[in-house]
Amino acid sequence: MMTPSPSQWVADTLGGLYSRYGYTQYKMSKFEEYDLYARNKDFLISEQVITFTDVSGKLMALKPDVTLSIVKNCKAAPTVQKLYYNENVYRVTKGAMGFREIRQMGLECLGPIDGYCISEVLLLAAKSLTAISRDAVLDISHLGLLEELLESLRFPAEHRPALLKAIGEKSPHELTAVCGAAGMSAEDTALLQKLIATAGAPDKVLPRLEDLLRGKVRPERLDRFREVIGSLLQSSIAPAIRLDFSVVDDIHYYNGFVFKGFVSGLPGSVLSGGQYDKLVKKLGRTDRAIGFAVYLDMLEHLQTAAQENDVDTLLIYEEDTPLATVRAAAKKLAADGSRVMVQRAVPEDLRCGKIIHIREVADHADA
Amino acid sequence: MQMLNVALPKGRLGEKVYAMFKKAGFPCPSIEEPSRKLIFENVACGVRYFWVKPSDVAIYVERGAADIGVAGKDILLEYEPEVYELLDLDLGKCRMAVAAKAGFRDDTRRKLRVATKFTNIASQYYLSQGRDIDIIHLNGSIEIAPILGLSDVIVDIVETGTTLKENDLQVYDTIVPISARLIANRSGYKFKGDQIDRIVESIQQQLQAEK
Repeated sequence: MMTPSPSQWVADTLGGLYSRYGYTQYKMSKFEEYDLYARNKDFLISEQVITFTDVSGKLMALKPDVTLSIVKNCKAAPTVQKLYYNENVYRVTKGAMGFREIRQMGLECLGPIDGYCISEVLLLAAKSLTAISRDAVLDISHLGLLEELLESLRFPAEHRPALLKAIGEKSPHELTAVCGAAGMSAEDTALLQKLIATAGAPDKVLPRLEDLLRGKVRPERLDRFREVIGSLLQSSIAPAIRLDFSVVDDIHYYNGFVFKGFVSGLPGSVLSGGQYDKLVKKLGRTDRAIGFAVYLDMLEHLQTAAQENDVDTLLIYEEDTPLATVRAAAKKLAADGSRVMVQRAVPEDLRCGKIIHIREVADHADA
Repeated sequence: MQMLNVALPKGRLGEKVYAMFKKAGFPCPSIEEPSRKLIFENVACGVRYFWVKPSDVAIYVERGAADIGVAGKDILLEYEPEVYELLDLDLGKCRMAVAAKAGFRDDTRRKLRVATKFTNIASQYYLSQGRDIDIIHLNGSIEIAPILGLSDVIVDIVETGTTLKENDLQVYDTIVPISARLIANRSGYKFKGDQIDRIVESIQQQLQAEK
């Protein structure tokens, strides 16, 4: 009733977090030329877009995605541009019968992206998750390493989409079937099987991963991967970090680090992101990019302690209680940040943590 | 210990799968008693089973009401839920096939009329063949569609082929082999992975012992 919705609360918290790291909010129009989406359909979560003809005769669309617009509209600069957004997008979600307006928040870095920048974005992704729930996991993978591994194994390009699907589903039997169809040796199939089974905390998984990839990928690439992951383990979010090569995204757009975030109690990933240099290149730019989105609409189902009650405390006063006494009691109860409702009687259907009568506050003050 | 929610498909397949879970160290005596209840718990083992319609298992798992469940590959291909497919249980084996009346010949000059319950699987299959089709969604008794002239072919699950034979139909193509799969919710697996891995490992051993 009086509590902000979980998504509103998270949006406020994340906005503050990103600002503290020097990211500036990027506001944008609801509309974009349809052509942008027609040319990059595979990048969109859902291909359906709401379109309309503008007064000038141009075919326009209600934004189904934010990243494409930011990349298109942000001018290239010699330094990294650090932006965050909090916008509505319009798309068909899986299982829904029509379009939905979805609140999406996220951040994007465009420009000469280096290891520090990647580490900072991963850190903010993990911090975003831990701001939502203490039980959070950020699964990190690296498409560049995976692609290099597949190149060294000479895995046929036509079978790669099926292989990535099997890897994404952590499906050992499907992976065996795809490797069989692709004519891979038993040894190489076993290596890929080990790769999808290698997931968990970086301190345990990294050595195993290095053993698997040694000689198959360039050592300097592995060193950079280790350096970025190592930098995250120095911070408070370290327990949320996991390596998991089942995180795969469209290799036509993404490269390098890709990641997905989960919180306990929500069924799918609430955060998704990665390096998308290939998309930037497709849009005619020469710089690099990394970013992520937080799906605020999913948070509506998050059961938080704050959500269980409408207010923390209900303060009941008498007809003859002096106004100043009521005001002072309410102020005192709210001093620790509690949400306090003041009423003469208990409202019907109200869920509150505790009910306090004005006398109890006054007596306590007297004592 | 966190409770592990398991969606089992109602019927013989579900009973076989429960026996595997029991052997894996997750028994639930109440589920073995005759009753019309649908939810059963064994708090000591940290497991909660529920019976659901086989075609709904993937929905329960994808949406997190169940952490793991058992669903046919046909359902996974048709609805493409975002779940992990951890194990092929080698149970409920059959195939997704194209069947038609005996003597059928594909007339490529016109659209092929395909009757099926599995519109996604059928569309993907014919798209990969570059064949233009007219898809007719039916919910049951698919076999009678070619007999009555409603469609040229059907795409359906074939187990023994007896129903097809009795309706004077025969298999022309196998699209994909089908069997039951152990699936897991992607988020649930992050937080209950140890329990789930223990079950997967034990069932894997059971399957290998049977071979």
